[in-house]
Amino acid sequence: MTALNEMTIAAARDALGRGEITSVELTEACLAAVEGADALGAFVHKTPDRALEQARAADAGGAGALRGIPLGIKDLFCTSGVASQAASRILEGFRPAYESTVTRKLWEAGAVMLGKLNMDEFAMGSSTETGVYGATVNPWRAGDTALTAGGSSGGSAAAVAADLCLGAMGTDTGGSIRQPAALTGITGMKPTYGRCSRWGIVAFASSLDQAGPMARDVRDCAILLGAMAGHDPLDSTSVDMAVPDFEAALTGDIRGKTIGIPREYRVDGMPEAIDALWSRGREMLADAGARVVDVSLPHTAHALPAYYVIAPAEASSNLARYDGVRYGRRAALDQGDGITEMYEKTRAEGFGPEVRRRIMIGTYVLSAGFYDAYYNRARRVRTLIKRDFEEVFAQGVDAILTPTTPSAAFPLGSVAHADPVEMYLNDVFTVTVNLAGLPGISVPAGQDAAGLPLGLQLIGRPFEEGDLLNTAYALERAAGFVAKPARWW
Amino acid sequence: MSIDAETARKVAKLARIRVEEDELSALAGEFNTILGFIEQLQTVDVEGVEPMTSVTPQRLKRRADTVTDGDRQAAVLANAPDAREGFFAVPKVVE
Repeated sequence: MTALNEMTIAAARDALGRGEITSVELTEACLAAVEGADALGAFVHKTPDRALEQARAADAGGAGALRGIPLGIKDLFCTSGVASQAASRILEGFRPAYESTVTRKLWEAGAVMLGKLNMDEFAMGSSTETGVYGATVNPWRAGDTALTAGGSSGGSAAAVAADLCLGAMGTDTGGSIRQPAALTGITGMKPTYGRCSRWGIVAFASSLDQAGPMARDVRDCAILLGAMAGHDPLDSTSVDMAVPDFEAALTGDIRGKTIGIPREYRVDGMPEAIDALWSRGREMLADAGARVVDVSLPHTAHALPAYYVIAPAEASSNLARYDGVRYGRRAALDQGDGITEMYEKTRAEGFGPEVRRRIMIGTYVLSAGFYDAYYNRARRVRTLIKRDFEEVFAQGVDAILTPTTPSAAFPLGSVAHADPVEMYLNDVFTVTVNLAGLPGISVPAGQDAAGLPLGLQLIGRPFEEGDLLNTAYALERAAGFVAKPARWW
Repeated sequence: MSIDAETARKVAKLARIRVEEDELSALAGEFNTILGFIEQLQTVDVEGVEPMTSVTPQRLKRRADTVTDGDRQAAVLANAPDAREGFFAVPKVVE
């Protein structure tokens, strides 16, 4: 029998429903796994007391879709009374007096919180090593080298991959759910922009940020998304439309669907393993009865530079609130320091180098004289990128298949030596989806020669997550990815 | 378009992030790397294209302009590094 902490959400739900296991047993198994996994650097604030309290309440009754299911939560979500610091020194000691809408909905559905998960500082990064807690280590290894779990939701990805929790919350601004999911052999979905409320999630780039599920398989993502999604009066960009039963959409039947393969995603220097996986994915979907066609998204090459104008611009505005006055950490001041010194010292000490760099780039592209040349131009290019997708969907394409990442997991520490632009290339296949506001999902689909997991990404039509999840489900069944990392931690 | 140490100083000041004098030229170098990358946007034909303001085609919902929350002074001040007598405290602003 599968150990309790290794169960899928669907299997645990069914076993709980039949009374074969209790949430307390399930939660205790996860808590024990968390305790034995400090070497992964995944859980950064543990909440065992709250977990057991929620588990006991779940065992006492209730009918929520996630009743008794233990989850991990990215540190970017504000959780009432529990440290929520976006992996930043500047939010040291911050304990929100409120609960993010998404996590509130999870608890209302009966879920159990095991704790908060590591990430890149303010979700700015692709390797989960820029935060104040130190790096998350990928449970997967090739030889003795410690590898990244991806980022920014690397703690969430590692925790699911290492069976510390049944599922986790991530957020995705440029690929921060899908890239770590791919690098750890799990499934991660970024919903359509507006599907889930952003209220109570520490803002990075408000027009791109979206919360999403990270789990062992497509069905578990569908279950989690159903609980997370829905209109919220506290987020004016959350969309007021019905939340369908995503799990019910999983028939595995994709006969007659049209899958697009975008030629612009075939980039120079793409590793052979990624290219081969992409071809296999194409065959798998064709074998399942889909029509596979070549499509063109001509503005793809401009997505990364547009993103690296828009995201820092929005970040520079959003992160202006960290001023050492209302919450978080204030720098020690010298005699005679005024309010400007307080701001400048607090922000210099409180933010790490990547966050400082992005705030300043954002400040620059928004400054008088450069606003039109950089920021407005990037927003125009964004319109073109979205139009590319609209034209492909108008041709009858239901979903687009691409690799999730340009490589398998890379060694920790390697981005420190790379220039910032080189690091940004990790997002090359995922960032277009955020710019166009579309749903995207990464499905583990194979391994490279060293045995490391690789993911394929499917991109769907806006607000048609059910259809996208079903295509992902068909891909998952065809790929049959069952490999697990060998335990070394 | 190249950024020098003086421009880097100005940007750091606007962003209210203290940067030591001897770090400015390295910072300017990093900015130039990133801006060099962003520069390729200048090659895109954006003639007649509107800048995106909303990625979803929705109008923001309207609501009645009424007070829906408040009276939570203690909760609001609870996380302040320095709160006194019901206020956020900061260094002297005006001499």
